[in-house]
Amino acid sequence: MAANDLDTLRRQIVPAAGAAALSHGTIVFVLAPAELVPAVARLRDEFAFDLLLDLTAVDWPADALRFEVVHHLYSTTHKVRVRLKTRVAAADPVIDSLVALYGSAAYMERECHEMYGIRFRGNHDLRPILLYEGFIGHPLRKDYPKRREQPLVPYREA
Amino acid sequence: MDARTIPIVPIAPAGARAPKDGAFEFLVTRKDEMIGWARKFSLFPYPFVTACCAMEFMAVSASPYDTDRFGAALPRFSPRQADLLMVVGTVTHKQAPVLLKVWEQMCEPKWVMAFGACATSGGFYQNYATLQGIDQIIPVDVYVPGCPPRPETVIDGIMQLQDKIARSHHPVVAGRF
Repeated sequence: MAANDLDTLRRQIVPAAGAAALSHGTIVFVLAPAELVPAVARLRDEFAFDLLLDLTAVDWPADALRFEVVHHLYSTTHKVRVRLKTRVAAADPVIDSLVALYGSAAYMERECHEMYGIRFRGNHDLRPILLYEGFIGHPLRKDYPKRREQPLVPYREA
Repeated sequence: MDARTIPIVPIAPAGARAPKDGAFEFLVTRKDEMIGWARKFSLFPYPFVTACCAMEFMAVSASPYDTDRFGAALPRFSPRQADLLMVVGTVTHKQAPVLLKVWEQMCEPKWVMAFGACATSGGFYQNYATLQGIDQIIPVDVYVPGCPPRPETVIDGIMQLQDKIARSHHPVVAGRF
């Protein structure tokens, strides 16, 4: 997909204030939280981005909008990747779920929820998936102490 | 006299004719030494394999190195039939209750080998997820370092464990003898 295609995509997908760029062959969109689901729906339905590759987050502790939720989509037709970045605030880190569009989002949102504490509106099963029940805190946040352990089995006497 | 230096002496029973070929009819030894000798060559390992060290475990089990030479080759996949728990790889906090349950299900006498850096100390993982060595939750008899350990290191660990078993008191039988 060449630069003019990128322009087309940018104009069609983010008509508002969103930005788009090309990074190592991946089209990158920066979106507002409200724009995410409509943009993904259009990418899937009109531009054949049929695969949700990954869903994760980045913690920027110094920023007001602390968490950057990152989605990667792939089009098996066009062989093109798209990255969508959305910022949410630490006080209320909520973003719309993509479960209705991609079934595979369910597990990835569960992981993102336990690791970063981001809630996904519309995903009703946000139980821990890699961690365990009773784990306190979100270990991939930058302020989680590196050495804090939460053992399930009591340690033996030294 | 140190008990370990008691020689093994052939004793002819009273009135018996001495065998013509001079073969031993009786041996005298110590109970602990005999049981230790028997136990050290009949280790039934339970491989609790969680990570990449498994590749090295396969290498040391297979023909070129062949732990069968040490009587420690037949893996039992039920902890109730095993007496050597080989913890091969990283153990997470989420997995720790499983490891403890497996260890508790093993009958006495039992021994534990920490196979590789992660089982020994957590290895290079020091984070929210990783148990910093299995000796935090269960007693360990022999630690095999390495990431992963070379087969020679594992064999050395098995031989050291065998020495430990041979030198041990074996109290389970002592109560009945």
